[in-house]
Amino acid sequence: MMREIYYNQALREALHEEMNRDPCVFVMGEDIGLYGGVFKVTEGLLAAFGPQRVRETPISENGFVGAAVGASMTGMRPVVELMFADFAYVAADSIFNQAAKMRSMSGGRVTVPLVIRTQQGGGRGNGAQHSQSLEAMFAHIPGIKVVLPSTPYDAKGLLKSAIRDENPVVFIEHKLLYSTRGLVPDDEYTLPIGQADIKRPGSDVTIITYSRCVLQALAVATQLAEEGIDVEVLDLRSLVPLDRNSVLASARKTGRVVVVHEAHRFCGVGAEIAALIQEEAWDELHAPVRRVTAKDVPIPVAPSLEQAVLPQEHDIMAAVRCLMSDNKNCS
Amino acid sequence: MHINTVSSEKTLDLYTRMLRIRRFEEQVGTLFGQGQLPGFVHLYVGEEAVGAGVCAALRDDDYIVSTHRGHGHVLAKGGDMNRMMAELFGKATGYCKGKGGSMHIADFSIGMLGACGIVGGGLPVAVGAGLSAWYRGTDQVSVSFFGDGAANEGSFHESLNMASAMKLPVIFVCENNQYGEFTPAIKAMNIRDIADRAAGYGIPGVIVDGTDALAMYEAAEAAVARARSGQGPTLIEAKTHRKGGHAEGEKAFLGGGEYRLPEELMAMEANDPIAKLHRIVMTSNLVASDDLEELDQQITQAVVDAVAFARSSPDPALESLYEDMWA
Ligand SMILES: Cc1ncc(C[n+]2csc(CCOP(=O)(O)OP(=O)(O)O)c2C)c(N)n1
Ligand SMILES: [Mg+2]
Repeated sequence: MMREIYYNQALREALHEEMNRDPCVFVMGEDIGLYGGVFKVTEGLLAAFGPQRVRETPISENGFVGAAVGASMTGMRPVVELMFADFAYVAADSIFNQAAKMRSMSGGRVTVPLVIRTQQGGGRGNGAQHSQSLEAMFAHIPGIKVVLPSTPYDAKGLLKSAIRDENPVVFIEHKLLYSTRGLVPDDEYTLPIGQADIKRPGSDVTIITYSRCVLQALAVATQLAEEGIDVEVLDLRSLVPLDRNSVLASARKTGRVVVVHEAHRFCGVGAEIAALIQEEAWDELHAPVRRVTAKDVPIPVAPSLEQAVLPQEHDIMAAVRCLMSDNKNCS
Repeated sequence: MHINTVSSEKTLDLYTRMLRIRRFEEQVGTLFGQGQLPGFVHLYVGEEAVGAGVCAALRDDDYIVSTHRGHGHVLAKGGDMNRMMAELFGKATGYCKGKGGSMHIADFSIGMLGACGIVGGGLPVAVGAGLSAWYRGTDQVSVSFFGDGAANEGSFHESLNMASAMKLPVIFVCENNQYGEFTPAIKAMNIRDIADRAAGYGIPGVIVDGTDALAMYEAAEAAVARARSGQGPTLIEAKTHRKGGHAEGEKAFLGGGEYRLPEELMAMEANDPIAKLHRIVMTSNLVASDDLEELDQQITQAVVDAVAFARSSPDPALESLYEDMWA
């Protein structure tokens, strides 16, 4: 049986189930106890598991992420919450120099079964230091898995897998997804990390995307269907590991690809996907791979400017139409 | 009660600075409640004596670095209400042309180096401004405002130690309003007084009643004198209260939950910094009460004008997106 629940509720269920299943799992972060976290993901956990396993921290990101690394190296399975992905810069040493490298650097002698949950993205006028999308940063550094679920179903199944994973996983939610709903099974399930999901099959153009942009892509696909353009939406779900086979299969099938993400364009995931496709499937493309991304400026507060910086449905629409047209110079 | 050794002119100056903040912030709270402002808004109501007291001890060319709760600091340093309000609305006429918003207001013409959305992010920047004053051979000082919560970031330790080791003209002003968001300070640290930490850096640590503008002013004056004369930094811990929530709109978020004790709310009411100074001004006959009434009306009108200015200002042009990206 399925029920419709919110994205944050799905995450909460995953935490609850995994904490029940494994006494080594504990959660840690700022204001995650009594107030259940700023986005209410950990609501109710304090009452269920007590303050030892739902540990509120001082505002010390490098400290508590680093402590989670140490705890994970020595037998625990911490799930830390970074309230905003932007604060990962404060915790950067613990994430990039410690967590990411510990296993390889030690010649495989240690595991770091750590999950860093965080949320990112714009659209709420929160400004340049609270609206960034940082997945490419995490994905760039070898040693960290990067997961970005777009639906409640994916969020729950992938978070459970992330907690069971023996590697550091940065699990990136989107601030505008928490209040979205979707069907989630009553029964327990997990989803493997590293498998993309075709959220809508199509034959003309593939939109490759993840996180909230999946919802935008699906809306665009519905609209374009009325014009007779059949769009496939491929949700990557994780960037590391990247499901190369699904990317290439879809690119070969439609021969036209738009990569959409809310992060900046320069050195972004779109560039990586485009490179992969041209290396492996060049002959099968009908047109160059296009990208729809945020513009390369810090996210401004003024609503009109913020909208203009972040990718909108009409931008995606234009890119798809461009790929379908004979004019290869359109944009 | 404090025995007033501060000149009557300065006392009125402090009162004016505080009232400008209070009336501005009240209006901002209302506007936010009406859904007219984008983003987050953290109000300074209840903490006015800290910013006002410290900034009244500064020169125009001294520096301050602020926090996410920054409106009060800008106003205390002499910021312009119109340009602040326009920034909060995200308008082209705002201090940051609508790009920065509430958490990033800056006015370099008055030494206000910026608010900051990253807790603890401002402390090293303030150290750098002090370092720069030292290099340039001026006697400017630099003030870092930060919260009790920020005192638990690594940047606090690094900044205080560096400023002390290098004897820089920096004044660290910890606004201990007893909470970081919804977490009581006493749960986030195992000491009551953040000023105790100063000993670990070999600098003075001073505890001040942060609801007493005169006491704040005097403590700041002493720290400024020390910094200007090359003797290095001071840590001032201002014990204060924020009268509102952590951020506006927090009630809806908390879902009826309340994390503050009734006793605390009562103590806070009794310690309103503006009411306190008002009493002193009245009992010492510094001015007629009519004059204070008139001052309030002027300030209130200035806030109304600022809202009108912001409302009638244009949105930033789309072409401005790439402007100001590179120097
Ligand atoms: C590095 C970082 N961590 C967390 C936050 C989220 N946050 C914003 S304000 C705040 C509380 C700050 O408390 P304090 O320093 O005491 O300042 P106050 O809000 O009480 O003035 C938190 C946790 C942030 N903006 N930056
Ligand atoms: Mg505080």
